[in-house]
Amino acid sequence: MYTTELKDRNQKAAPVTTAAEDPVKLAAFEARVAADDFIEPKDWMPEAYRKTLVRQISQHAHSEIVGMLPEGNWITRAPSLRRKAVLLAKVQDEGGHGLYLYAAAETLGTSRDEMIEALHSGRAKYSTIFNYPTLTWADIGAIGWLVDGAAILNQVPLQRTSYGPYARAMVRICKEESFHQRQGYEIMMALAAGSPEQKRMAQNALDRWWWPSLMMFGPPDENSPNTAQSVRWRIKRETNDELRQKFVDVTVPQAEAIGITVPDPALKWNEARGSYDFGAIDWDEFYAVVRGEGPVAKERVKARVEAWESGAWVREAANAHAAKRAHRAAAE
Amino acid sequence: MSKEWPLWEVFVRAKNGLAHKHVGSVHAADDRMAIEAARDTYTRRMEGVSLWVVRSADIVASDPGESAALFEPAADKVYRHPTFYSIPEHVKNI
Ligand SMILES: [Fe+2]
Ligand SMILES: [Fe+2]
Repeated sequence: MYTTELKDRNQKAAPVTTAAEDPVKLAAFEARVAADDFIEPKDWMPEAYRKTLVRQISQHAHSEIVGMLPEGNWITRAPSLRRKAVLLAKVQDEGGHGLYLYAAAETLGTSRDEMIEALHSGRAKYSTIFNYPTLTWADIGAIGWLVDGAAILNQVPLQRTSYGPYARAMVRICKEESFHQRQGYEIMMALAAGSPEQKRMAQNALDRWWWPSLMMFGPPDENSPNTAQSVRWRIKRETNDELRQKFVDVTVPQAEAIGITVPDPALKWNEARGSYDFGAIDWDEFYAVVRGEGPVAKERVKARVEAWESGAWVREAANAHAAKRAHRAAAE
Repeated sequence: MSKEWPLWEVFVRAKNGLAHKHVGSVHAADDRMAIEAARDTYTRRMEGVSLWVVRSADIVASDPGESAALFEPAADKVYRHPTFYSIPEHVKNI
């Protein structure tokens, strides 16, 4: 997901430790969090909590910003003016989400420039899902439906995350996500009800996006060593596997409703569990994408770096203009 | 690398009659740009009719470490609340 720990399988995430903290302050902090109290920027917090949050929130922000690229790719080729206006608004929202989240991370003492540098140098990660290409218009439908759908499941519980600025950013984001998912599903509905060729396009998009969408929730729980700590600190409210199962359970009937098929021969309703059983995920592919081997990973980072560099003169000019105005105002 | 644009706190009045409320922050080189960035970032869906932006560096905040000294004295002054006073049932309109 936008927020799961993205490490190579072999460079196992180091367990987060609070051993060096003042035990009295730490106990008071843990008690507040356990009581579902919110932590605010100037409150005392363990270093590990601060670090984990900076990583998680900035990675989430990067995912929103890089996530604008695959969809931005289709804005000029949207099939109608209505679809174009909708997609433009959706992509603009994602930019807004990135900004809410960068601002929330900055309250923890990191700077915007530091975060952007970390993204551009490859030190910071973003969701693996955005390293897949958008080949046809149907992919825009599949992304809104599946990727934003998965994001909603991940983000809704984070509205009650323990860090106040993060929780408030999540509330704003969740209000906007529902439109994203519905517009995507509507695209799929239209294609699925269209000509045989359009229907094939919809099916083909589902075939390509289904498994990467399941991988978005991150590695299986037994491979996420810091999950317990993050759940205790209320910066993660449900585990990767719990969220993945929820996603499968809500999404399969949505595919059936429009007559397209989830590409998993092992998918089967399990009456006893009240859930779908589903096939094994190709974790080798997931870890390859985490390592930066996704089909369009290089292109994505290159696009971000180019945008940043070609905007440098604008940032400088705005600074110069502000300085000149301030100077004039002081002289008056 | 050029200097990072300063940070501004953004306050939105949802509609006339309500107070401005803090919603988040933006980076901008000057006040005009801060208003425009705040508009694009925080009011894309008619969330407000008025914006305030204040440089984050200009905000003075109380220290959470002092919150006992600042806010606890109010707890033992319950006589500031109307429910502190018991008035007989048959006395009306008070
Ligand atoms: Fe988003
Ligand atoms: Fe979205």
